[in-house]
Amino acid sequence: MAVIETKGLTYTYPSGKKRTLEDVSITIEKGEFVVLTGPSGCGKTTLCRCFNGLVPHFYGGKLEGDISVTGLRVSEHSIHELARHVGLVFQNPENQLFALFVEKDVAFGLENLGVPRDEIRKRVDWALQTTGIENLRERAPHELSGGQQQRVAIACVLAMQPDVMVLDEPTSFLDPSGAQKIFEVISELNKEMGITVVLVEHRLDLASRYSNHVLVMNEGRVVLDGEPREVFNSETARLIGVGVPKATRLSQVLEESGVDLGRVPVTSGEASHILKEVLRRD
Amino acid sequence: MIEVKDVSFTYVNGVEALRGVSLTIRDGEFVAIMGQNGAGKTTLVKHFNGLLKPTRGEILVDGVNTRKVSVATLARKVGFVFQNPDHQLFCETVEDEVAFALRNFGFEEKTIKKRVAWALNLLDLTEYRETSPFMLSGGERKRVALASVLAWNPKVVILDEPTIGQDQKQKERLRQFIIQLTAQQKTVIIVTHDVEFVAECNPHVVLMAQGEIVAEGGAKQMLTNPDLVTKASIVPPQITQIFLELADLGLPTDLIDIHEAREALLNFLGVNS
Repeated sequence: MAVIETKGLTYTYPSGKKRTLEDVSITIEKGEFVVLTGPSGCGKTTLCRCFNGLVPHFYGGKLEGDISVTGLRVSEHSIHELARHVGLVFQNPENQLFALFVEKDVAFGLENLGVPRDEIRKRVDWALQTTGIENLRERAPHELSGGQQQRVAIACVLAMQPDVMVLDEPTSFLDPSGAQKIFEVISELNKEMGITVVLVEHRLDLASRYSNHVLVMNEGRVVLDGEPREVFNSETARLIGVGVPKATRLSQVLEESGVDLGRVPVTSGEASHILKEVLRRD
Repeated sequence: MIEVKDVSFTYVNGVEALRGVSLTIRDGEFVAIMGQNGAGKTTLVKHFNGLLKPTRGEILVDGVNTRKVSVATLARKVGFVFQNPDHQLFCETVEDEVAFALRNFGFEEKTIKKRVAWALNLLDLTEYRETSPFMLSGGERKRVALASVLAWNPKVVILDEPTIGQDQKQKERLRQFIIQLTAQQKTVIIVTHDVEFVAECNPHVVLMAQGEIVAEGGAKQMLTNPDLVTKASIVPPQITQIFLELADLGLPTDLIDIHEAREALLNFLGVNS
C-alpha cells in the first residue's frame, strides 16, 4: 500500500523566482526505509515539508500536482490533521524545540492530541529511553548541545508513534557512533512497528545499510528512484555529486582496472565479505 | 601560532569541559579536532578567539595571551564559523551578511565590494547575492556563514563542523580551498565528526575525549588505530573498515584512501594498474 504518493508535484515558494520542486512523481510503500539524498539546495527539505503539509499550508506559495499521505490529500487536510500520521524531525532542532523542559517538549504533541495522562507518561518515558536521553528529562532544550537537541527532537516525534517518520538530516550534529545508534533505533521502529521512514541524508555510508529504497534529487527533480545498490552504482549518482558509499566506489575503481567483483557492495561489511571471496579464490 | 598551555576550563554550571590540555598549532597548519559529542572540542576552539578564557593555564595567539586582548581584536586575526549557521546570520541579504564584518572593521567600500564578490564566488553563492539567507537551504546557509568569515581574510580560520549538510561536490570545494588557505600560510582548524572528509584531506588530527587530548598525529596514523578510534568515539573511514576485516589475508590495514586501497588490492592480485 502506498503511504506517500505524489504526481507531478511542482512547487514555488512565495518569494521564489524559480521552482523548488519540479514534476516530482514518487510512490513510497508502507514499511519502507527511504533515503532521500541529492546536492545541497536540490529541494529535499521542501519535499519533506510537503509530506506533513507545511508546504503549502504554512509556507504558502504555489503547489501544483497531487500529493497524498496515508490516503489524505495534503491540499485538503490541515497540518494538525496530517501531524497525527506524519512526524517531521527538522534539520535544525532549535526550530522545533520550545518548551522549558525536555520532558514537556516530548509530551507536547501527545497533549495536543488529547492522549490520556498515563499513556502520555508511558510514551514519553519510552521515547526518552529509546533515544538515550532520560538524564536530560528536566533540562532546558535551549541549553543543550546540538547533538543532544537532535535526540530530543527525535524523541518528540517518536512519542507520537506516527505512521510515517520524516527525518531531515537528523544526526548531523552527532558523532558517528551516536549517529549510528540513532539510525539503529529508527531501523528497529521501522522493522518492528512498521513505521515508514523517510531519511534525508548526505552520509550515505552510514545510512545506506538500513535502507531499501533510495531517492536522489537534483535541481528540484527526482532523478533516481530505486534500490540502493542500483542507485549508488549508477553513473548519474556520481556525476551529480552524491556521496556514493566508499564500498561502492571501491568496486567501481577496481572494475575500471579490470577487476570485476561480481557484485556491487553498498556497505563496508559487504565489501570486505565480497573481497575475501574474490581474494581467496585467486 | 597558537599555543595552548595546560588549559583547564570549567563552565559556570560546574561542568569541567577541558582538563589540562596542551597543544601547539603552527602557522599554515591544517588541524582537525575530533571526538565524541561533549568531548570539549568546541570549548577548546572557542578559546582560540577569546570567546572563552581558560579557568587555569593560558592560551597564546601569536605570543599574545588571550586574557589580555578583547574578542574584537582577536576576531580580526581568528575567524570563527559556528556549527549552526543560524547563530551568526542576521542580515537581509547574503551580500550584506558577507559585507557586515568588513564594514565593522572599517574597510573601504571599494575593498568590501571586491572581497564580497571574491568570497561569494569561492563558495558558489554569487547567484544568491540578493537573497535573504533565511530563504536558503541549510547547506547553503552554512556556506554563507563561511563566506562572511573568509571575506575579512583572517589569519586563522576555525570551522566548527564545516561539512554538515554539504554534498560531495561542496565538500570537494571545501577541501580545495582549505588547501589554498594553508598554501597562503593561513591556519585552518576544523572541528568535525566527518571521518570520510578527514580521510580525504589528510590533516593533522587531534583526538579528544572527556576534556582531554587522547592522541595527536597524522590522519592515517590516528584513524586506522582501532584503540584510538574507539577511545574518541569515532568510526574508522569506510576503506579502513574494509581493510581491518581483510587483515588475516595479509593486506595492509593502515589505508584510508580509495586509491591506495585499489593499489593494495591490485598488488595482492598481481594485476598491474
